Amino acid sequence: MEEVAPAFETALEAKGLVKTYKRVRAVQDVSLVLRRGRVTALVGESGSGKSTVAKLLARLVEPTEGEILLDGRKVRRVREYRRKVQMVFQDPFASLNPVHTIRYHLTRPLKIHKRPETPEELMERVQLPADFLSRYPYELSGGQRQRVAIARALAAHPEVLLADEPVSMLDVSIRLGVLNLLLDLKERLKLAVLYITHDIASARYFADETFVMYGGQIVEGGDSESVTQQPAHPYTQLLIESAPDPERSVVALDAPVEEVAAVSAGCQFAARCPKVQSRCWTDAPPRSDVGAGHWAACWLYVEAAA
Amino acid sequence: MNFKTRLGLGILGFFTLIAVVGEWIAPYDPSAMGDDLLSPPSGAHWFGTTMTGQDIFSQVLVGTRGVMVVGLVCGVLATFLSILVGVTAGFLGGAADEALSMLSNVFLVIPALPLIIIVASMLPSADTVLIAAVISLTAWAWGARVLRAQTMSLRRRDFVEAARASGERTWRIIVFEVLPNLTAVIASGFVGTVIFAVMLQITLSFVGVVSLSTWNWGTILFWAQSNQALGQGAWWWFVPAGLCIALLGTALALINFGIDEYANPRLRKVRA
Amino acid sequence: MTFLLRRGLFYLITLWAAITANFLLPRLLPGDPVQAMITKLGGRLNSDAMASLYILFGLDEKKSLWEQYVDYWGTLLRGDLGLSFTFFPTPVADVLSQSLPWTLGLVGVTTVIAFLLGTLLGVYAGWKRGSWLDTLIPVTTFLSSIPYFWLGLIAISVFSVTFPLLPASGGYAAGLVPEFSWEFISSVLEHAVLPGITIVVSSVASWILGMRNMMVTVTAEDYVLVARAKGLSQKRIMFAYAARNAVLPSISGFALSLGFIVGGALLVEMVFSYPGLGYVLFQGIGAKDYPLMQGVFLVITLAVLVANLLADVGYLLLDPRTRREG
Repeated sequence: MEEVAPAFETALEAKGLVKTYKRVRAVQDVSLVLRRGRVTALVGESGSGKSTVAKLLARLVEPTEGEILLDGRKVRRVREYRRKVQMVFQDPFASLNPVHTIRYHLTRPLKIHKRPETPEELMERVQLPADFLSRYPYELSGGQRQRVAIARALAAHPEVLLADEPVSMLDVSIRLGVLNLLLDLKERLKLAVLYITHDIASARYFADETFVMYGGQIVEGGDSESVTQQPAHPYTQLLIESAPDPERSVVALDAPVEEVAAVSAGCQFAARCPKVQSRCWTDAPPRSDVGAGHWAACWLYVEAAA
Repeated sequence: MNFKTRLGLGILGFFTLIAVVGEWIAPYDPSAMGDDLLSPPSGAHWFGTTMTGQDIFSQVLVGTRGVMVVGLVCGVLATFLSILVGVTAGFLGGAADEALSMLSNVFLVIPALPLIIIVASMLPSADTVLIAAVISLTAWAWGARVLRAQTMSLRRRDFVEAARASGERTWRIIVFEVLPNLTAVIASGFVGTVIFAVMLQITLSFVGVVSLSTWNWGTILFWAQSNQALGQGAWWWFVPAGLCIALLGTALALINFGIDEYANPRLRKVRA
Repeated sequence: MTFLLRRGLFYLITLWAAITANFLLPRLLPGDPVQAMITKLGGRLNSDAMASLYILFGLDEKKSLWEQYVDYWGTLLRGDLGLSFTFFPTPVADVLSQSLPWTLGLVGVTTVIAFLLGTLLGVYAGWKRGSWLDTLIPVTTFLSSIPYFWLGLIAISVFSVTFPLLPASGGYAAGLVPEFSWEFISSVLEHAVLPGITIVVSSVASWILGMRNMMVTVTAEDYVLVARAKGLSQKRIMFAYAARNAVLPSISGFALSLGFIVGGALLVEMVFSYPGLGYVLFQGIGAKDYPLMQGVFLVITLAVLVANLLADVGYLLLDPRTRREG
């Protein structure tokens, strides 16, 4: 596997993002880069902070610390930022307003961002018939609604698409269709896509690069093939073992938030790690290279390198 | 729509009609004195006459308009205020919410009746519209409280976040995304306010702090009370107006149940 | 504890708002009725009484609004509410202290009865939803739509005029002297029956409805279903599981609607010429007696706030969550 080719230019870059809610640190020092024409997966269980990362990148929540660079610069005006960065939400049953027609949902962003396209064109792009435009959300199936949500995000003509578990609420039978639609759009529109999921198997299929989050931190990252086939971090290994098929979720791994937040100094995963060492409790592990562009934040690999 | 709601709408429609045409179909001038003094209901005077021979049926018919106008004006004004305060507080949260909630709770807790009595009696001319405005100032708080709670539960819904993410401005989100989802709550608040305003206006007229030059159901009761209709056994003097108030109030309450049941499916009749 | 402190602070702010409104109203609204009254009473006022009326009603225009406000507070804190024009030259504070016990007794007792009765009936109606009890709803709706004072008029016409069973007006029989004797107390009770029943009948409906709807909502909750599945007795589930949770919003509602109920009760007092604050207020309206009307407003506000505080304590005792925090 090669290094990321320079052809894929950086669209969005997050540096050292921290988000603290009262006492809980939801996101701790997260840095990542989204490139045009590439899909980056962010994998983690519920409570890992991955959805907070999406909201931070969509600027729905202000970060406590850190900065977000769009095309290499800080964008002060939120509307200008939203023209380039759009988001698709997890639950298509909640993300469309029940009182508005599909046409309204698509016309608004076109108007806000002064785009020349018509709602009909957007519907065609997400492979929905144009006569759905006069319908209300409750008249559509989950998959159809999610396509509408994607069309709405595309209306602004964005560079970056943040997809927060876009298929987890959909029937298994239609998930692939929606994922393929996203892949196709990414190719045609040269989108930088952030794909947030709890399902590491789908990350392998769908994403070029994969990051694994635990306890508000990214613990492992690299190209999807090596992260999913040769997982280095004990947590990633556990994730893959416990979810052999994409249908099974990782509920067994869920830890109460308090427990996660309790570890302050050392490695967040220490309490549940099968290979825990004494220093894991006291010192945060640095990132170590475990392959070409593949790294893990774990003391196991510091030994190996030394 | 169930029977109760239809009944409520029917009664309301009837009174609205009377409010419009009452002045023309009234058989007598309500203020004109006649020769039949304090006579019980008869063919000539369906609801009987007063001490001075005025026709009570005509007074009730003509007085309907004043009642309905105050109800409507207050309903509109107070609902507008409650939306302004309640939805803003619920949507913005934080310090703005604290301050606005405090304001509406203060208005809720302070006993409105004595305060309005003082204001109304201090005003040099307490005509219908002015009274309606004063009543509105005390009637918005309950609606604001309910709307705030509903807005808070809507605020974190994904479609509001999605509207923000697609670049909508805050005022547009409040007006076009949140408000349409509150229609049932706003409607029921409106109806509740109308009940409150009608009761308060009639009370103020009965107590005698409002101008007695225009007729409404409360002024009929005021004259009945100040002429000791009770002691003279002239039940027809105060029964019709009171029954009209109760009927109108019941109609509005029934409409409100209809709205509540529509909005909260759990209250709907259990299906057999 | 923080809960009660927060509430206490809120009541203080409310009281401040009521007093400030009282201060501002005569200064903002056009017309000068108090000045007219003082002119009319002329020489019969001594200089102290004159000064306090000037301060209470802002006739002293040489001072700035802020100075007037400070003076106003000073006067209030001394317990000086001015002189009543109706009961001239009795100070308003004296008039109020004579009538307050009557109102507290009548309104306090009837409100508690209406709340308990209405809650109990509401629990039952909500539990037995779909039975004949549902026919209670239109009836209670109709009753709650009747103005308090009109129901009082009907009560007088039926039970005092047509069938002279109970006295129609006053707090006790004329000719009796207030004292701790059976004769006096029985007369007081006899006179309280009609106004009391009037208040209970017209206020009970809203408690029944509110409680019924809460019960309907609560009985669909999982913990009630679980209690049923466990095979607990109906009565136990109804009271220990459903009603206990349904009553909490009813108590907060109680606190908030108290101002409204008291307003209605004042009207009942007017109709029955009951010697409480409502009747005093009624007499004040007729004579445009602003010192008296404003005094009644302040005292009622204070009473409602204290009752609210009591309701908060009740809430605290019933709700385990707030208890643990405290």
